[in-house]
Amino acid sequence: MPESISTASRQLTFAKAINEALNVALEADDKVICYGLGADDPKGIFGTTLGLRQRFGSARVFDMPLSENAMTGVAIGASLNGIRPVMCHQRLDFFLLAMDQLVNNAAKWFYMFDGQRSVPITIRLILGRGWGQGPTHSQNLQAWFAHIPGLKVVMPTSPADAKGLLLSSIFDPNPVLFIEHRWLHNMVGDVPEGDVRIPIGPLRVARGGCDITIVSMSYMTVEALHAAEYLQERGVSCEILDLRCVNPIDWQAIFESVDKTGKLLVLDTGAETGSIAGEIVARVAIERMGSLKLAPARLAMPDVPEPTSFGMTKGFYVRAGDVAHKVLDMLALERGDVDAHLVEPIPHDVPGAWFTGPF
Amino acid sequence: MTPEIAKQLLFRMMRIRYVEETIAARYSEQAMRCPIHLCTGQEAVSAAVGLVLRPSDFAVSGHRAHGHYLGKGGNLRAMLAEIYGKKTGCAGGRGGSMHLIDESVGFMGSTAIVGNTIPVGVGLGLSIQLSGSDAVSCVFLGDGAAETGVFFESMNFAAVREIPVLFVCENNLYSVYSPLHVRQPKGRKIFRLAQAIGVEAEHGDGNDVEAVYAMMKRAVADIRRNGGPRFLEFDTYRWREHCGPNFDNDIGYRTEQEYLAHRMQEPIKRQHDKLIQSKLLAPEELAAFGESLRVEIEDAFCYAIESPFPDDTDVRARLYA
Ligand SMILES: Cc1ncc(C[n+]2csc(CCOP(=O)(O)OP(=O)(O)O)c2C)c(N)n1
Repeated sequence: MPESISTASRQLTFAKAINEALNVALEADDKVICYGLGADDPKGIFGTTLGLRQRFGSARVFDMPLSENAMTGVAIGASLNGIRPVMCHQRLDFFLLAMDQLVNNAAKWFYMFDGQRSVPITIRLILGRGWGQGPTHSQNLQAWFAHIPGLKVVMPTSPADAKGLLLSSIFDPNPVLFIEHRWLHNMVGDVPEGDVRIPIGPLRVARGGCDITIVSMSYMTVEALHAAEYLQERGVSCEILDLRCVNPIDWQAIFESVDKTGKLLVLDTGAETGSIAGEIVARVAIERMGSLKLAPARLAMPDVPEPTSFGMTKGFYVRAGDVAHKVLDMLALERGDVDAHLVEPIPHDVPGAWFTGPF
Repeated sequence: MTPEIAKQLLFRMMRIRYVEETIAARYSEQAMRCPIHLCTGQEAVSAAVGLVLRPSDFAVSGHRAHGHYLGKGGNLRAMLAEIYGKKTGCAGGRGGSMHLIDESVGFMGSTAIVGNTIPVGVGLGLSIQLSGSDAVSCVFLGDGAAETGVFFESMNFAAVREIPVLFVCENNLYSVYSPLHVRQPKGRKIFRLAQAIGVEAEHGDGNDVEAVYAMMKRAVADIRRNGGPRFLEFDTYRWREHCGPNFDNDIGYRTEQEYLAHRMQEPIKRQHDKLIQSKLLAPEELAAFGESLRVEIEDAFCYAIESPFPDDTDVRARLYA
């Protein structure tokens, strides 16, 4: 349990915020362990696990064999006897080998044994994108996971949320998938010190507004904020709801915003068909038809694998310019100078100039 | 070992080395925009297997596949174009360095998820068995891949059905930055696991290209005659970083000393010295080969660099057959 809660904040990167949450959790409860491929290697999973082994020892922080399915089952077994494992995967794609343990055991245990024991494991999955990560290193499969009853699926955007939600995930009595977008790892923001937890469930209003509701998740919230800034100058006020969790989803907050604006655009980092965006559009249409003044819309990745080639990923991702186009079209406004203001960055396949590959 | 084969082994290793080192030298130009896993130092297995297998034999591999692809006879221009993300690449730019393919020479694909192609290679072997030919399916894997569940499951099936598969495990001691001893029990050899599953297996020095060749030749002949599978484990060492063009002995997961000790064992110099000393190879012949290599590789890079990018219309093409 949190002993001293301090709220002083300073600027940290998203990756550092994750690292801090792991430090706080390992410190707060000696039942917390942390492992994964490369968890204690010199790169420390993009810096997120650096220093943990040195501080907490190799019994609690360790590397593992290249055995994702088995090691997920091991986490489940340990958790049945009081351990709180945090498992880390450098790419979501590698975790697909563990679907059996995740879906058939972790997600079902509490229910199928009539609530006798739950599985308090946290699984960190990092989403790749760009720099030729290609078809098997860049998949955004959160909709799969959210589809499975019994799992919680967290997708933070801000560094503060990364820290606070990771702490809540680790101390949650249920299995939680904690999904980090690689393009957020170097983003900086205010992060409170200490054991400050953010509840899993409520979304965050990333920007207040009254003309249109934009629901987004993870890295797409960053693009949405850029678009909203431009749109504000065009006199369009966007309300941006950063989901933070895709299971559970904070329906109440979405409904209230749609009641206010009457318009809905949902952004998703994954492929369009069967997406979280589709689910949100569906449920709003079913439950709030009366509030909607326009057909709701969504922007997601195209229904094709992400190709590797630099030539084929130009214009492939949904960026701020696409969001602004969509909003202007929905509101029947001229596109005007949007293309001049929201250009796809050059090069388009990296999160910033600091990134020069190859991971 | 005929002198011709001894020379071919050296030349094939040199070709792979030269390609890899040129990729490393040019990577910082930021034009090859995908993860790359170089096999510098590990060329012996690729060179040897290429001389043992026929184009009609199959091979599959994983993320570190440049050597395997070239060894099997894959088209160099198409490989480099793929790494550059070009339309002329062996996967049309969709796959990059980690997804190589050249079906014309039986290289049926390499993928980026570790262990992922092991059962695929066994399946190709099953198809060979069903068709009744004497071809062999070769599965390249690393020591890390031998920790995946699918490794055990695939080996078991191959053993129980006597599938004509040659498993070639290059044990370079590391899985990214994780040394073998944090992943597998001390003292246990991977080839012994294969034996325990019921697959005939042997272990050899992956820096001695002639020994590698001899072991492979025996194993493949045996598979063609009597069916499979066979498992070969070769000790080797990767010189450069796990992913990328640099040396990384400074970051602390392995020591410079260890690196230098392994580098001393390197397969190319060893074969080179052997051939020069025994006068099987004249310096002029070596120089001429070096020059032809330089020309070939320069041409292939030019081809890759000058090839056009695929465009938006290619993105959605060929999603379904
Ligand atoms: C299922 C899966 N987990 C993790 C990874 C990340 N990864 C890429 S290469 C690699 C190391 C594999 O080691 P090994 O099989 O020995 O091959 P080597 O890189 O040494 O050639 C790992 C863990 C992956 N690609 N796939």
